[in-house]
Amino acid sequence: MTGDGGNRLMIIVPALNEEGAVGDVVREIQQAAPGTPVLVIDDCSADSTAAVARAAGARVLSLPHHLGLGGCVQAGYRLAFELGFDYVIRLDGDGQHDPRDIPRIYDALRQSGCQMVIGSRFVGGPQEFTSLARSWGIRFFRTMLRPILGRMVHDPTSGYVGVNREALALFSRSFPLEYPEIEALVVLQRRAFRFQEVACRMRPRQSGRSTITAAKSLYYIVHVLLGVFVNILKFERHRWRR
Amino acid sequence: MDRLSNVLSLFSLGLIVAVLSSLRRAHIRVEYSVSWLAAGLAMLILSRSQPLMSWLARMIGVGDPPLALIVAVLVVFLLVFYRFSVTVSTLKDANIALAQRVAILEYYLRSQHESRQA
Repeated sequence: MTGDGGNRLMIIVPALNEEGAVGDVVREIQQAAPGTPVLVIDDCSADSTAAVARAAGARVLSLPHHLGLGGCVQAGYRLAFELGFDYVIRLDGDGQHDPRDIPRIYDALRQSGCQMVIGSRFVGGPQEFTSLARSWGIRFFRTMLRPILGRMVHDPTSGYVGVNREALALFSRSFPLEYPEIEALVVLQRRAFRFQEVACRMRPRQSGRSTITAAKSLYYIVHVLLGVFVNILKFERHRWRR
Repeated sequence: MDRLSNVLSLFSLGLIVAVLSSLRRAHIRVEYSVSWLAAGLAMLILSRSQPLMSWLARMIGVGDPPLALIVAVLVVFLLVFYRFSVTVSTLKDANIALAQRVAILEYYLRSQHESRQA
């Protein structure tokens, strides 16, 4: 999938202890986007995630110690930026994101000129695989973000995103490090970057457990709210200085 | 009052000795020992000087000088903890950037090795 005019796409897959799912995810990506390089970023898994991904045909970026989701994704963005890729699509290594939606995100990235395209499980109706707690959380953040972003984002916590080179340049320099999805939207909006949502399929995870447990949910909300607030303050301060 | 002052003096002396000892053994870097030494010294001076403690109590509007001493100790330690939180955050950012760079360099090395073998 080199695209018209030689545009180059890389698929990145952050993974932590996903040996049960990552091989299938890589193979599905290769079927959905033949010829596209797949980079699995192994966040220092305790299992054989890296070996399974490599055996399935992916390139592997192995982090020397656990960095968390944001640090893991940013490492992938940095490498893709250094290698000169024009577009990067990120999907999770647990199999929840359906790789058959990659062409749709890629087309939207190239045709819309948006800096980021979000694969949304709510555009085109809610999907049955979203838990009640997560649905409520998404609804809360959707409402909170609406006045900040100036528009509705149906699925602000989605990790299925594509970025173009402009966003890649920004994220390779500065990227929210712990729970990046929502903060990244605010970072883009404050820089007048554009983003859009496209409908994507979500599936139950193929193996492993979510890193966001019930006990961590409250911390997640507080952390994300603080991160959004800090990003707004940071940007406004720069604007006033200019 | 006297007992509290004595306890605090002893504690301050213990802190200063511990920091100096850690410095000598290179367990703590000089730049990070300064905050603790300053805090220990401030506590020692306050706990040994009755007029200074009474002045401090008047300044912060506390009727009881020992209470003023405890408030002062709390403020000093909060400042030291804050300084170390900033330091830890800076180090964590640097550590993440370093880990990412190491991973990327390893990736390049592996790619070169594989292309040579091919």
